[in-house]
Amino acid sequence: MNKVAFTSRNLYLQVLLILVLILLVALPFYTSAYNIMLLCNILMYIIITVSWVLFSGPTGYISLASAAFFGVGIYTSAVLGQSLPLPLVIIIGGLFSFFLALLVGVITLRLRGMYFSIFTFGLVELVKHFLLWWEITKTNTRGRFVILVNYIHVFYIMLAIFLVLLLIAYLIRRSKYGLALQSIGEYEEAAAHIGINVTLLKVVTFAVSSFFIGTVGAVMATRWTYIDPVIAFDPFYSFMPVLMAIFGGMGQLYGPVIGAAIFAYLEEALITRFPYHYMLIFGIIMVVSILYLPEGLIGLLQKLWKIINSGRLAVYREKRQKRGTGREQENA
Amino acid sequence: MLEAAKVTKYFGGMAAVSNVDFSVSQGEIVGLIGPNGAGKTTLFNLISGALPLSSGEIRFKGRKISGLKPHQICRMGVARTFQLVKVFGNMPVLQNVMLGSLFGREHTVSPAEAVREAREALEFVGLAEYINAPAKDLIVGNQKRLEMARAIATKPELLLLDELMAGLNATEVSEAIDDVKKLRDRGITIIMIEHVMKAIMSVCDRIIVLHHGEKIAEGTPQEIAASSKVIEVYLGE
Ligand SMILES: Nc1ncnc2c1ncn2[C@@H]1O[C@H](COP(=O)(O)OP(=O)(O)O)[C@@H](O)[C@H]1O
Ligand SMILES: [Mg+2]
Repeated sequence: MNKVAFTSRNLYLQVLLILVLILLVALPFYTSAYNIMLLCNILMYIIITVSWVLFSGPTGYISLASAAFFGVGIYTSAVLGQSLPLPLVIIIGGLFSFFLALLVGVITLRLRGMYFSIFTFGLVELVKHFLLWWEITKTNTRGRFVILVNYIHVFYIMLAIFLVLLLIAYLIRRSKYGLALQSIGEYEEAAAHIGINVTLLKVVTFAVSSFFIGTVGAVMATRWTYIDPVIAFDPFYSFMPVLMAIFGGMGQLYGPVIGAAIFAYLEEALITRFPYHYMLIFGIIMVVSILYLPEGLIGLLQKLWKIINSGRLAVYREKRQKRGTGREQENA
Repeated sequence: MLEAAKVTKYFGGMAAVSNVDFSVSQGEIVGLIGPNGAGKTTLFNLISGALPLSSGEIRFKGRKISGLKPHQICRMGVARTFQLVKVFGNMPVLQNVMLGSLFGREHTVSPAEAVREAREALEFVGLAEYINAPAKDLIVGNQKRLEMARAIATKPELLLLDELMAGLNATEVSEAIDDVKKLRDRGITIIMIEHVMKAIMSVCDRIIVLHHGEKIAEGTPQEIAASSKVIEVYLGE
């Protein structure tokens, strides 16, 4: 009976997803440029957040390197954008991030907990200062101009990256590797002792997640015209995905998606209305959600759903018990 | 099947295991005893690859395993349980065990096969009714059983059991003893660390005694029970 409920819920979800998709694809035909750009921003946050959750969610290794991979994407776009076609630039941006993550992963994934987080955060500063030094001493420049791309193209590319990411995240989650990543988060030593190559799995997943962050950086760079290392490697992009994932809840794939979407929209709304206080309001929302929504927004919804359902179940159980067929094990 | 030669492990300046030689043959149940802090768990950690050796060598089925990673040693056929249980608490019991099937072998196992094997292993340890419960909801005794099922699912030839029976009541101890015997009848070789003397004396073919990291005695249960050296160590503590 459980299975039936599960598949029918899945069907609803699929229909809903396809409807949303059609809506999104058709969007540029009936809405303003402003809305499309807003949506690009939202997609950017969603992709970074879902990528971050792909690795950090199940394993519990809290990476603060997102800004580094995002920045690598941005810089790739700035350097190669003039000479190569955009799709290629995007893939190269992703690949640079991928290989940087492989390298960093091999060095740092031995570190646990706070040490890992701090090291990954250090990476952002390291790459930023390396590029600053490089530009001052080697190329004698400061910053670069990025070629502009039609915003509708940007939108469709972001949508495509988002869909590929969603598909990959979904496939990993339901594969044995998703389960293995979760076991690493619970007890890494035990995971290694039942045959899981924990190092390889961690490093590869970290790199795949970074690939997507790199591609988004490469696309979004085209929206900014001018970039320099300080703009490209903004620590903000390391903390945002963590906050958005906590806000949305990481138990389900759609948690971070919805969390990031709401957050990104909020940011835009708050910036335009309260340009001086928006960070403060942001902080308050964050503190409240950490204190009162340990499982995030989705966890809250699931809890509400359970309460509604358990009301129904209780009635059902009572009926059954009266007939004398109730089993106490049901709840065990 | 397992040969250890001059196995030594230092923690800082302290030798937790020093110059231990022993071997285990196919089909045996070997008991590993000694006072707390004798180095028993450390020896398991060395065999399973959790810790690198300071010196010495360990061979399994003729191949050197010291220096390999835990997942490699597991896939070669060595599985273990932990003294302090390490189950995947937020994961359902069935998935805990399935992971053993899915990753603990040289060849790939299909998800359907993994489910079947996991159910069978859980049936074997008597946890069939808890299949869908999160592992953290089990009582500690059952978590130990779960660890055993997870280890069995990797299809080991050698199984290392670290204080499986600690904290179990008398009935549970006899059940666990039966389980160990049944595993041996399936052809699995077993090394067990145990403080429950009844268990050690009734199932082990041979007993190894560690004290301050050194092997101080080895022999049949009768020989060990009669050894003045062993009695001295236990009474002296
Ligand atoms: N990872 C470790 N780091 C440092 N010392 C350790 C470690 N593991 C065990 N020890 C020390 O090694 C000695 C042997 O421990 P252990 O093998 O757990 O003993 P037993 O299992 O026989 O009770 C103890 O003194 C313990 O404190
Ligand atoms: Mg011990």
